[in-house]
Amino acid sequence: MSKLDAKIPEGPLAEKWAKYKATQKLVSPNNRKKLDIIVVGTGIAGSPAAASLAEMGYNVKVFCFQDSARRAHSVAAQGGINASRNNKNDGDSVYRLFYDMIKGGDYRAREANVYRAAEVSSDIIDQLTAQGVPFAREYGGTLANRTFGGVQVSRTNYAQGQTGQQVLLGGYSALKRQVALGKATMYSRQQMLDIVVIDGKARGIITRNLITGEIERHAAHAVVLATGGYGTIYYLSTLAVQSNGSAAMAAYRKGAFFGNPSFIQIHPTCIPVLNEYQSKLTLMSESLRNDGRIWVPKAEGDKRKPKDIPDEERDYFLERRYPAFGNLVPRDVASRAAKERCDNGFGVGKTGLAVYLDFRDALAKQGKKVIKGKYGNLFAMYEKITGEVPYETPMMIYPAGHYTMGGLWVDYNLQTTIPGLFAIGEANFSEHGANRLGASALMQGAGDGYFIAPYTVSNYLADEISTKVPSTDSQEFIEAEKDAKAVLDKFLNIKGTQTATSFHKRLGQIMWTHSGMQRNEEGLKKALMEIADLKKEFWSDLIIPGTANEINQELEKASRVADFIDLAILIVNDALNRKESCGAHFREESRTEGGEAMRIDDKYSFVAAWEYQGIDKEPKLHKEDLKFENVEVKVRSYK
Amino acid sequence: MKIKLNIWKQANAKAKGKFEKYELDGVDAEMSFLEMLDSLNEKLIKEGKEPVAYEHDCHEAICGCCSLYINGHPHGPGKETATCQVHMRSFKDGDTITVEPWRAKSFPVLKDLMTDRNAFDKLMSAGGFVSIDAGQAPDANANLVGKIDADKAFDAAACIGCGACVAACKNSSATLFVAAKVSQLALLPQGKVEAKRRALNMVAKMDELGFGSCTNTGACEAECPKGIGIDFIAKLNREYLCASFSESE
Amino acid sequence: MSKFFTSSIGQKFFMSITGVFLMLFLMVHLTINSLLLFGDGTLFNEAANFMSGNPLMKVIEPVLALGFILHIIYAGYITLKNQMARPQKYKVAIKAKASWASKNMYILGGLVLIFLVIHLANFFWKIKFGTVPIISYDGGQTELHDVYGLVAGVFKVWWWYDALYIAGAIFLFLHLTHGFWSAFQTIGWDNEKWVSRLKVIAYIYATIVAGGFAFIPLYFLIKYIV
Repeated sequence: MSKLDAKIPEGPLAEKWAKYKATQKLVSPNNRKKLDIIVVGTGIAGSPAAASLAEMGYNVKVFCFQDSARRAHSVAAQGGINASRNNKNDGDSVYRLFYDMIKGGDYRAREANVYRAAEVSSDIIDQLTAQGVPFAREYGGTLANRTFGGVQVSRTNYAQGQTGQQVLLGGYSALKRQVALGKATMYSRQQMLDIVVIDGKARGIITRNLITGEIERHAAHAVVLATGGYGTIYYLSTLAVQSNGSAAMAAYRKGAFFGNPSFIQIHPTCIPVLNEYQSKLTLMSESLRNDGRIWVPKAEGDKRKPKDIPDEERDYFLERRYPAFGNLVPRDVASRAAKERCDNGFGVGKTGLAVYLDFRDALAKQGKKVIKGKYGNLFAMYEKITGEVPYETPMMIYPAGHYTMGGLWVDYNLQTTIPGLFAIGEANFSEHGANRLGASALMQGAGDGYFIAPYTVSNYLADEISTKVPSTDSQEFIEAEKDAKAVLDKFLNIKGTQTATSFHKRLGQIMWTHSGMQRNEEGLKKALMEIADLKKEFWSDLIIPGTANEINQELEKASRVADFIDLAILIVNDALNRKESCGAHFREESRTEGGEAMRIDDKYSFVAAWEYQGIDKEPKLHKEDLKFENVEVKVRSYK
Repeated sequence: MKIKLNIWKQANAKAKGKFEKYELDGVDAEMSFLEMLDSLNEKLIKEGKEPVAYEHDCHEAICGCCSLYINGHPHGPGKETATCQVHMRSFKDGDTITVEPWRAKSFPVLKDLMTDRNAFDKLMSAGGFVSIDAGQAPDANANLVGKIDADKAFDAAACIGCGACVAACKNSSATLFVAAKVSQLALLPQGKVEAKRRALNMVAKMDELGFGSCTNTGACEAECPKGIGIDFIAKLNREYLCASFSESE
Repeated sequence: MSKFFTSSIGQKFFMSITGVFLMLFLMVHLTINSLLLFGDGTLFNEAANFMSGNPLMKVIEPVLALGFILHIIYAGYITLKNQMARPQKYKVAIKAKASWASKNMYILGGLVLIFLVIHLANFFWKIKFGTVPIISYDGGQTELHDVYGLVAGVFKVWWWYDALYIAGAIFLFLHLTHGFWSAFQTIGWDNEKWVSRLKVIAYIYATIVAGGFAFIPLYFLIKYIV
């Protein structure tokens, strides 16, 4: 019997969450101060969760590897945050948002969780506004909205092209307030190395102080992971260069199941790879597709300047293939369409791996001032990186690794298969199924942090009120620390010749080639072999200067890359196992005659949750069957 | 192209640092400054030498990690640019580039080019927030916010907390940082309620943390990667003076 | 309120209001001095004697002195504290775009102060405590100090005084180009639009004041030499 119990409350979909809240176990205010909670990660899920739990009266310890909680990579989200407020009187509702997410996720998400995310979406905007987040407003003073891909309503709230920053800073400021009040304690520049499990429950973490190198033990009644996604597995991605999957891997090794690891979103609008030294790819917000038109020349290898190519010789391929949604098709669809054009020789730019995103028509219609108001900072960023001016010549874009729908498997409580260990935001396998719609990441992360985890963590802690905080001198802590130290020593003692970054680059290449936008059995099997070779080489030829007792950025990188290698194996295994195409996971073997992705619902309508079985052992697959009682499962079409 | 680098090296917070000279060949004009440093580090590691420690993360000029003082400019050449967006096309073959950490009493050096900017977090804890718990918020459209105010508040809120303002100021003053936060929240009805308290507390904290005072040179505005203007400093002064003359402590 | 006097913005506030006060004084001073340029000195002497004989001056004089002293003390204190905020200097000096004057207000202020001491010794001291010849324009009914004669004497005999006064005016000009705008900025009387406007007004004001003060010695030099 599988351990997978999603613990979805009984009752009609729309009443589940209300019923949960009404009947859940509570912790009285005077007991909350006796309970300690560790939150790892301070992004758009972590900071709000930490702040909200501290506001309730729990003692919260917050960890991040950056120097400040404000630097988490949620800060880079650009376009917006969805909310089903129906501000535009265009037919939006909680159900519509729920439906869009289920459909956008290609029917691979859990109905109850998705509905709840849609339900709290409106509260998030209220909360953030109250915190002083300067959302864009109409002249009349009400919230302004924009449209995002994959939907037919305008429900995205935004703050120019820096919505993530503003939303993150809202949570950060709430956290800083709790720090000032003494309810939250901030531990920055701390890398989480392991999770301590005592009697089957998560009771603490082991961290490395990145300044002194000291290994620290921290105990609590519950641990919340808000450690984000692992898109940097591709080395070149839209993520920050330090974003990593290590916390999730630590949890996985301690017994938390990993859900749908191969569901990785490839974002269609990124600045293409410009040179071999590049260490990261820059996202150009999806909101640009509201006004920008995507095209390539109709003639193969047309090397004329874009301005010189007349309209009738341009192939607006998204508008051609998907007339109903046009340039605003979901990300996975847009990415594959661009790849298809480039693979067939119609790509533009030096490498031929780029398509145009053209604002000519929008500029002519709306004027430079309006366009600048909407996308000014994005245009400026593009110009800084490429040296080209998007007001004059079209942008060149290409898909890049972006968001991971996969993550730690959690139940309705956002609890992993380790009791007391919660995973929120992008770190969990989440509400996005096999593909995430634009402006839903901030929504889901913030929703988990502000309005879901505070309830579900309380529900768990209600049974812990008489438990004392475990001693950090217990055997489990001592052992976890010993293990963590042993790994670090192992890295340092290899004394080989290749840097961690060079291994990361190679791993990224393997993953991008075989487990990127399109996958097939042969490639995936090849990837497994290549990764195994790389792993061997890594553990025998890694070089790290310096020691473990000081600031050592190379050591930090090495431990991240080591985890990425193991995670890559897990991803490829998951991709191999899922022989259907769904959302971002496109198996070449499973497509329609028109070349579109083909789901196989009778075989793969489940969440793949992988259980760790030991070093270099095949993980064990558990299936959580997905039931769709409130939507009709259809072929996802944006035509 | 070939460049010469003059980089501050310091083993740890207590050690005495000095400038170290490096030469790097084969630098591509299309490389970003950080990628150039990466390739220097790659080379140093392979030669068995200590790499240069520096901070960077998002490479999109939004996280505020990067903090290099390049040839006399925080974040190097270019207007409204963070270090991660500086490309080597801004330099010429044979150039000598001097790279220093942010220098300020309140930002002590941790290692090489890494500084401790925790003082900004402390400033935020002193009042850079609205005192509202999750669950208490009224409807976001209940308090209307004029577009002009909302846009202006956003301009202030765009601060990435990198500390270039402090690094560029001859007085190592954090006034622009404080001004941005105080102005953002004072411009919005949600933040107005505790605007006075905020201005008083944040300024007191800024003084306590050892930052210098503002002498209106405007260097901070000139170097701010987000182009935050010193008119917000005037706004802070206004808020602070009004609060000082009216708020009983 | 008690914290106000020790806070960075509070201290700057005093710099600012004493500065505004001193700028007002400069305008009055220049207005009276400009009378030197008209006629044979009668007008100036009458005005100068009216001012010094005015009982109001007994109040204004110490207030003015206090304004100077506060401005100088706060400047010294703030500068010292600001120096301490960066114990380790940069190897490459900050190249951020900022006016030279704004970065060197303390030096400019110091130079203006040195000039002020000389200036006070030249005129104020002599008028107040020294022997300035008596002159009368109405046949001895009212006796006036011949301040005009004193001024004209200094400027036409010693050319280096002229040079010194012109230099002083230049220092003052630079000090005011930043000081004028800065004062408004510090008291919060500034916004996006007024930043540039106030900077222009600052230049106009500084040009009038410094130009006026520089023109007077030149006037005498030209008048008596040519």
